Amino acid sequence: MNDLSGTPAVPLLEVRHLSKSFGAVQALKDVSLSIGAGEVVALAGDNGAGKTTLIKAISGVYPQSGGDILLDGQPVRFASPQEARDRGIETIYQDLALADNLTIGANIFLGREPMRKALGFLPVLDRRKMAQAARETMALLDFHVSRMDAPVSNFSGGQRQAVAIGRAVYWNARVLIMDEPTAALGVPEQRKVISLIHQLKAQGRGVIFISHNLQDIFAVADRIIVLRRGVEAGERRISETTHEEVVRLMVGG
Amino acid sequence: MTSDPSIDRARPATVAPPADHAAGRMSLLQRIAMLRAWLFLGALVLAFEAWARVAFDGTFLGNTYNLQSIAIYAVAPLLLATGQTFVIISGGIDLSMGFIMGLAAVVAAHVVGWANPLMSAPFAVLLGLLVAVLVAGIPGAVNGFLVAYLKVPPFIGTLGMFGVARGVAFLLAGGTTVPVSNGFLSALGNGRLYGVPWVVIVTAVFVLVMHYLLGQTRFGQHNYAIGANAQAARRAGIDIRGHLLRLYILSGLCAGLAGVLYTARFSAGAAQAGEPLLLDCVAAVVIGGASLFGGSGTILGTVAGAFVIAVIQYGLVFVNVKPFWQFISVGVVIIISVLIDQAQRSFTGGRQSE
Repeated sequence: MNDLSGTPAVPLLEVRHLSKSFGAVQALKDVSLSIGAGEVVALAGDNGAGKTTLIKAISGVYPQSGGDILLDGQPVRFASPQEARDRGIETIYQDLALADNLTIGANIFLGREPMRKALGFLPVLDRRKMAQAARETMALLDFHVSRMDAPVSNFSGGQRQAVAIGRAVYWNARVLIMDEPTAALGVPEQRKVISLIHQLKAQGRGVIFISHNLQDIFAVADRIIVLRRGVEAGERRISETTHEEVVRLMVGG
Repeated sequence: MTSDPSIDRARPATVAPPADHAAGRMSLLQRIAMLRAWLFLGALVLAFEAWARVAFDGTFLGNTYNLQSIAIYAVAPLLLATGQTFVIISGGIDLSMGFIMGLAAVVAAHVVGWANPLMSAPFAVLLGLLVAVLVAGIPGAVNGFLVAYLKVPPFIGTLGMFGVARGVAFLLAGGTTVPVSNGFLSALGNGRLYGVPWVVIVTAVFVLVMHYLLGQTRFGQHNYAIGANAQAARRAGIDIRGHLLRLYILSGLCAGLAGVLYTARFSAGAAQAGEPLLLDCVAAVVIGGASLFGGSGTILGTVAGAFVIAVIQYGLVFVNVKPFWQFISVGVVIIISVLIDQAQRSFTGGRQSE
């Protein structure tokens, strides 16, 4: 294929000429993107531009209608989000997929809880292991929690965002997809999430995030891909573009 | 992923986890809120004790007969309430439990009666109890199928099953009670071990198993997660439909066990055996600290809730108050419990400062 964007030799994840239609409606048409290790790519565009459709196609929620998705250069096809997650592509939704009544540890291990044998025979949840893993994982994100026994409802929006990210990190996600990670957060919390994305980048993970907030995008992204009505309106390196140019791409001026 | 039904470590009530609080470092308010059913039970027992001393120069607690009566009285509502606790934590409700209990009671009486001439008494009882409990799993499975696969709201699905189980139970019973005569069965229903009635022992063991299942297994953990955020549970890869199916079967089995113990106690099966217990079991769960919105509740809380109701009902008779006051008292306790729950949420629902 003739993909000539200036990314490293074998990208972590590559999307080539992806199309997706719902009946007669073409939601995505011939969209390509690639993301390397330690790279942060922002997806921008007006409502209905196809950003969410794109990440849902990548994360296995929608089967793509056309095009290819390559992971480490190998073509893949995800039948479900679970399959994508098993291959290291984790999606963090804006409505925070956490069980508020459970601890950080229980949320990280939700659906994959570690067990131990009590009294030598009785299988019980290994809460100590969950708490320990949670503490280490959250420390990796520079987020130090004193109370591992508290339900996540006790924490703030940004902290809970960190828990959702921590879960992905613990399970070795290589590509994190975030849908509006800073929406619905206060300004200090937004900064916290931006610094979390910096941490993920430093750890060599790839991050794709949707945002409406140009300041966030310019604060953390390496590249930006602007979608308009399901097609790619442009791709720019953040260091080589301006707010004005991005806005122009978004509205199609 | 089902649990090994064996003994529990019998954790003290102070670390009863509403979810995953084993490390036990919660705020004082959260602890008090969790223990409120036990505090309430203690206060209630003390009040009756004081009343007995002042009014009759007698004792409420020191009387073994009283304690046995309360325990026996609490057995059936408690068995229903343990199943109901799981269902309510998942965000549902099971309205059919009372008549599933009646159905199981009638089936147990019939099967034991049929088997009596064919085999020795203990085997007839064993067969009868087994068949009855398994039969109780069928309406439970239908409930689960309706809720999990056909997306029927639990309130409606189990309300339908309430009618179906009621009708089937009365049909099987021929509109009357079904007497059964088996020495082993009535020994089970009325006998004692060191002064403790067998039905109480069976119930206690069962409650411990359920406590283990809710607090220490994946099944229990997923139950809390589904009740709090079904979407999150689904995204975490939990098989929600399978879980709900198993959950309502479990609830049916609890009702089945209550039904066979009823038959053992009275040597007769009756379709209406569990009719007055349906609301008692929901009340026990709510008094025990579960939220009807799902996501919180404990078996130990429910135990306290069931005993609060039993103590009120028995205690008021003991101090010679007109029985109608029972309804009023239990009703008031339910309302107070929900008010405390709401107050606790607004106090401790706040964010932890980092």
